[in-house]
Amino acid sequence: MTAIFVPRDSAARSVGADQVAAAVAAHAARSGTAVEIVRNGSRGLMWLEPLVEVDTTEGRVAYGPVTPDDVVGLFEAGFLHGGAHPLGHGPTDRIPWLADQDRLTFARVGIVDPLSTEDYVAHGGLTALRRAVELTGEQICDEVADSGLRGRGGAGFPTGTKWRTVLTAPGSEKFAVCNADEGDSGTFADRMLMEGDPYMLIEGMIVAGIAVGARHGLIYIRSEYPDAVATLRVAIRAAYGAGWLGPHVLGTDHAFDLEIRVGAGAYVCGEETAMLESLEGKRGVVRSKPPLPALAGLFGKPTLINNPLSLASVLVVLARGAEFYREFGVGRSRGTQVFQLAGNVARGGIVETAFGMTVGQMVQEFGGGTSTGRPVRAVQVGGPLGAYLPPAQFDLPLDYEAFAEAGAMIGHGGIVVFDDTVDMAAQARFAMEFCAAESCGKCTPCRVGAVRGVEVIDRIVAGREVATNIALLQDLCEVMTDGSLCAMGGLTPMPVRSVLRHFPEDLDASEGARS
Amino acid sequence: MASENSPRHIPWSPEAARETIESHAELRGPLLPVLHALQDTFGYVDQEAVPLVAKALNLSRADVHGVLTFYSDLRTTPPGKVHVQVCRGEACQAVGGHALAAHATRSVGVAFGGTTAAGTVTLDEVFCLGNCALGPSVTVDGHLHGRVSAAALDRLVGDAVGDQR
Repeated sequence: MTAIFVPRDSAARSVGADQVAAAVAAHAARSGTAVEIVRNGSRGLMWLEPLVEVDTTEGRVAYGPVTPDDVVGLFEAGFLHGGAHPLGHGPTDRIPWLADQDRLTFARVGIVDPLSTEDYVAHGGLTALRRAVELTGEQICDEVADSGLRGRGGAGFPTGTKWRTVLTAPGSEKFAVCNADEGDSGTFADRMLMEGDPYMLIEGMIVAGIAVGARHGLIYIRSEYPDAVATLRVAIRAAYGAGWLGPHVLGTDHAFDLEIRVGAGAYVCGEETAMLESLEGKRGVVRSKPPLPALAGLFGKPTLINNPLSLASVLVVLARGAEFYREFGVGRSRGTQVFQLAGNVARGGIVETAFGMTVGQMVQEFGGGTSTGRPVRAVQVGGPLGAYLPPAQFDLPLDYEAFAEAGAMIGHGGIVVFDDTVDMAAQARFAMEFCAAESCGKCTPCRVGAVRGVEVIDRIVAGREVATNIALLQDLCEVMTDGSLCAMGGLTPMPVRSVLRHFPEDLDASEGARS
Repeated sequence: MASENSPRHIPWSPEAARETIESHAELRGPLLPVLHALQDTFGYVDQEAVPLVAKALNLSRADVHGVLTFYSDLRTTPPGKVHVQVCRGEACQAVGGHALAAHATRSVGVAFGGTTAAGTVTLDEVFCLGNCALGPSVTVDGHLHGRVSAAALDRLVGDAVGDQR
């Protein structure tokens, strides 16, 4: 019986994977061919979705993008034995786009059946947890610190330091929270990990709980990810059934309970303290720090908060050793980072690599330039609060410090490509509009400033007192940067300033004063 | 939103509301799960639910009202029979999202956040569906669609409306 993989990842489904799976099943039944259809995660080669893989005697062979109408032709071309076909790409692992990556955290995504506990363990799952239950919390935290791992949510804070802080925090009740409110446009890595390898996140949470002494875990997932929510709910039930969760983790005296909480459409709840407020049943208003959530977080208790990719990275560290992880990377950025190529890009998807690539390499070599074939005019890295980079900045290495020095931000690794039809004034206006829509409302510079920002940009674009309004916009950016409690208001000026600096012609600023 | 694909909503009733509230009230920090459950059940959170929730959770009505009106997912009026969300995030903008959004409001005939006069379609904007390499993206009754053209959007909405008849 041949196994045929058709992804269940929501991106693949968005372009017809379910219909393809049904067509394969129907044709197999009609022709009396025995096949087993496995709904795997996505390999992350989005331009090839739905990507259908066949498990041949020589390994997995890929075909894509497949439509239901292609199915008969694929069978007739002998795709069950890896036969040649215009949609064929040969052995999946040898596709250069994949072969050139270092998939440490995404190792199982697209390979396994996401909900199969057997598949998970057969592909290295539980290696880290089995080690963790034999170690003290301090030993686990030390290893994480040794690895140099920095948080993958966006702030890049040293993960080991954070874990140690929660471990040593006074208090008998502690929480481990996963921030899966991946709200940045251009990012989907957390979503794909949750849909494609949910047990990895569950194992990561259990390890975190053991490391810092937390017996309760919560995963806060944005409501815009219903498939991730559903997948994790099923996986958690299975994990309880398998004894990975509950009062005796893997039969030991460690106890850990895990639940899902769903967001309700607020981007600001990706900010960790707003997320805590949301978990407590309140409006997602940002808290001042100190106190750090690590010391006084959820319900006032010491709380560990990590991004899904960070937790997945910890498992790699524990399974393969801190030194192994440290060997990847450049400068102070260790291990791998998961970049997401998105927007107007020919070859979008997941690129997991050691740091050190430049923006240009990523966009051209992996991305293949724009999907329209027109020139790349701008690339926004780091989500809505990230700078728009012009081609002149494409030699920037994808490194936290290099980006910060250049007035830009890596964030959660989203890379959105725009071609030369982009109106950068509209993008600057959107930055302010988005902030106004999503502001929690606490700080006047953010709440009111964003509204005024939209108005000022509208006046500039209309040609009214341009020089005066440009100066006003600069001043507003300064006030929002300095006077906002969190990155919502504090970093909204980043994309706006990048437009002022690198694309002034779209704001007509280079024309000088017309007032 | 998490159960758009589940059975249709039931008409508002305080008894059903009380049951829904009670089944989630034991959670720690239960308000958001309670409000989600009410919306999953009725399609929206009726104003009459506010004092019921407040009493069950020992919160003030102002607290409940504050949370209910803070989060964009939560609605206080019944939705249309068909729910359409159009992504206005940057990655979708980069592949024509601005134009698709404008087309959606014209074609459906309401501004974002609105419901058509006959109560057929609710049109919402959303900032990112996590489908950023296959945009422009929309959801229709909870189903995610990528690479959506204006014509495809009209067809998807038309089919969904047709299914309702």
